[in-house]
Amino acid sequence: MTTDLLIVVLIGAGTYLTRLSFVAAFARSGVPGWMQAPLRYVAPAVLAAIVAPAVIAPIGAVDVTAANPRFLAGVIALLVAIRTKSVSWTIITGMAALWLLQALF
Amino acid sequence: MPSTTDVSNSPRSAFDDGVRSVVPLLVGVVPFGLILGVAAGNAAMGVGLAWSTSVIIFGGAAQLVTIELSNGGAAAAVIVATALVVNARHLMYSAALAEPFRDFPTGWRYGLPYLMTDQAFAVSITRYATTSDPVYRRWFYFGAGMGLWIPWQVTTATGALAGALIPESWSLDFAIPLVFMVLIIPALDRKPGIAAAIVGGVVAVTARDVPYRLGLIIAALAGIAAGVIAERRYAR
Repeated sequence: MTTDLLIVVLIGAGTYLTRLSFVAAFARSGVPGWMQAPLRYVAPAVLAAIVAPAVIAPIGAVDVTAANPRFLAGVIALLVAIRTKSVSWTIITGMAALWLLQALF
Repeated sequence: MPSTTDVSNSPRSAFDDGVRSVVPLLVGVVPFGLILGVAAGNAAMGVGLAWSTSVIIFGGAAQLVTIELSNGGAAAAVIVATALVVNARHLMYSAALAEPFRDFPTGWRYGLPYLMTDQAFAVSITRYATTSDPVYRRWFYFGAGMGLWIPWQVTTATGALAGALIPESWSLDFAIPLVFMVLIIPALDRKPGIAAAIVGGVVAVTARDVPYRLGLIIAALAGIAAGVIAERRYAR
């Protein structure tokens, strides 16, 4: 249907413009000084905001008990991440812990 | 300031580094692509158009919203507005990448944002903290972007054609937060980084029921504010 095509194209164009926005806007002038400090914290803030709910409230409600295997597996994985800084080891131990806990409970 | 390590200037090796950096993320991306493909296969708008969102939109959450709202017969304006709100976090990534992208030729600067995703942003901004060569930087980002784009096209098409292939009980979606966990670690070297991560995480859990993934934006802004405040307080 033409309306559906139009919807998809509009979302595609809008998404591209969102991604391009500040990259294009600051290409000449550079990023304003007052924005430099906030931008340093985009990565840790966003990443933690994606990770925390996925671990602490994976099915909607906050659950930090043994009944939530993703919480325990997440804690184990975080310790491995801090200790090894290795993506591979964190995935291996995190997924292994999750499968083990899911099998146990 | 972060130190600059010596890296090879070869575009090929930078591209390969980018691809390698996203390989672990594919454990989570592939099942999501298959799920989205299955949704596209059953979409009211038709499988062809629904799958083409992988190329035209290239953003899983926004694609899923587009297909679901369209199935439910939502008004066109509502679908467009909702999908764009879901993708609004790209504004933050765009702002954070603006400075490194300034050194790129115009064509790169306008082309690379198309490949912007949570994953490509996360691995690139982490790598940019230790490498300043603009040639390395753009080829790394290009590699990370394509390392995600191609599997996304393939898995969404596969899902659309073959239906559900990987059982949900394998919980492979958990791999994505695991990778992001590792990418947070370098920021925890300094107190403001710790503050940004803790506040971002706590607010995200608190605001998880806010619709259209706006909780993520609210949490990110709160975490950024915490980082800035902590930075002033501890004066670097």
